[in-house]
Amino acid sequence: MKEITIISGKGGTGKTTITAAFASLAKNTVMADCDVDAPDLHIILDPMVKQRFPFYGMKVAIRDEAKCTQCGECRKRCKFDAIDERFNIIDDVCEGCGVCQLVCREKAIRLIDRISGSIIVSETRFGPFVHGELRIAEEASGKLVTLVRKKAKEVAMEKGRDLIIIDGPPGIGCPAIAAISGSNLVLAVTEPTVSGAHDLERVLSLTNHFGIETVVCINKSSINPDNTNKIREFCESRGLEVVGEIPYDNCVTKSMVAGMTLIEFTDCPIAKDVKNMWSRIQNRIEIEN
Amino acid sequence: MKIVVASGKGGTGKTTVAVNLALSLSECTLVDCDVEEPNCSLFLPINLKKIEDVVTRTPKFNLSKCTYCGQCADFCEFHAIAVIKSKNLLFYENLCHGCGGCELICPNGAISEGVRKIGEIHHGTMDNIDLFVGKLDVGEPMATPVIKKVKSFALKESNKPIIFDSPPGVACPAIEAMRGADFCILVTEPTPFGLHDLKLAVGVTKKLGIPCGVIVNREGIGDDRIDRYCAIEKIPILMKIKENREIAELYSKGIPFTSKLLEYRRMFLNLYKSIDKMISDSKRVDKS
Repeated sequence: MKEITIISGKGGTGKTTITAAFASLAKNTVMADCDVDAPDLHIILDPMVKQRFPFYGMKVAIRDEAKCTQCGECRKRCKFDAIDERFNIIDDVCEGCGVCQLVCREKAIRLIDRISGSIIVSETRFGPFVHGELRIAEEASGKLVTLVRKKAKEVAMEKGRDLIIIDGPPGIGCPAIAAISGSNLVLAVTEPTVSGAHDLERVLSLTNHFGIETVVCINKSSINPDNTNKIREFCESRGLEVVGEIPYDNCVTKSMVAGMTLIEFTDCPIAKDVKNMWSRIQNRIEIEN
Repeated sequence: MKIVVASGKGGTGKTTVAVNLALSLSECTLVDCDVEEPNCSLFLPINLKKIEDVVTRTPKFNLSKCTYCGQCADFCEFHAIAVIKSKNLLFYENLCHGCGGCELICPNGAISEGVRKIGEIHHGTMDNIDLFVGKLDVGEPMATPVIKKVKSFALKESNKPIIFDSPPGVACPAIEAMRGADFCILVTEPTPFGLHDLKLAVGVTKKLGIPCGVIVNREGIGDDRIDRYCAIEKIPILMKIKENREIAELYSKGIPFTSKLLEYRRMFLNLYKSIDKMISDSKRVDKS
């Protein structure tokens, strides 16, 4: 079983649009949305939910006011400033480390599990789909990403699917690292803007740091052909394959409004570019589907 | 006044709004809190200088004192320590949150507090604009401490208006960037993805108790779903930036569009005034 993760560094370069198009093209896959902060892939895939599992993120400390003598030891020891001057625990700052529980002589504090979101398994017109939903203002998104991937693997095993396509989060921090680690291939989607190029460099350093094979897509390539050339040359100098250059086209927004992938949406001039990109990726990771 | 520019969805134009608002005000502090992918400085002719390393606490192990009892590993909620077969201790620094619990629990005094660099704070000025930038080191997972640090530098500054450019999303890094702001500008685009992620971001501002308003970027590419949502939720639409090839091309070159499309400069100034008024009105309501 193989995994491809689509990331970008910069947000809004077209990760989800491209991932959804791949859902149309790939066969025998499981789709997974690991942008658990702002998941959008389900808007196009229109899933029928089959199963929903609670996601326990970081634990949280709770204080028994009756037992508390307000000695202040917990507040002194908390490295996250999660205990206020009245010794109330600030939920969304608490990282659930357990130090306050350890130092409380009165045993007035304990850690409890908190449900921080859900992991959802669905069926779609393209096959199985797994995504995560983080409750608003909850933390531990990296952990949820890891669990979504784990669930996607289970589903793939169960249904005999040999490929998982993962829509990754923006950035290069905890959730992005969790989305790419151990992937067979990363597709880094960029755009020919100064920020797109800057963020691509950081993403490539990240995949290099973790030793993950990476290919590049320059999306909206017609917005600035000079920058597109520069990015292509930069990738070539690093020995990285540019698997696709997709011109800007407003059919991307139109298809999104219609709830369709670029491949399903009729009269989409860039669909052929996306198809070509997909076949280059297939060759690259040696999959037949 | 402290204004944070946030979005939920990435690539809607947070940095564009933050930079152009800063240029229109001409006297302010701009803080790049998108420490995973900091981009503000790409749009401003500012020479940045590193002013501080961001470090996080990390345990230091003195293995000559360690008896491999495993209590530290059992305590660590983040699974950053593993003790194998009572004779080998493994520490995964990327998983460590720096809580100091292992140090407290070790019965042999084998663990002490050390530090590890995870990022940098940079600063530069351009006329009367101060820019602070947080940069997360590549390969480091935890953005939040870098965001906290860059904010603390900016807050030490004078009483100029402060504009924070938030990372996308609604999890820890975005929340850290938004926390403590007087007002949140949410930048979105009139598409299904834009609306979906706007709703999530509005949820965060509600949870944090920060008043918010919306800027619709690339007006005209989709439909009127943002207008309908904002009308129902009674969220003010502060400004609309029309879909415009020229803006996109300027952006791609790293040129803030208010330097060419001067009419938008006045619109950003009016935007600031209306936010200022909304905040003082709400404070008046709170008092009465």
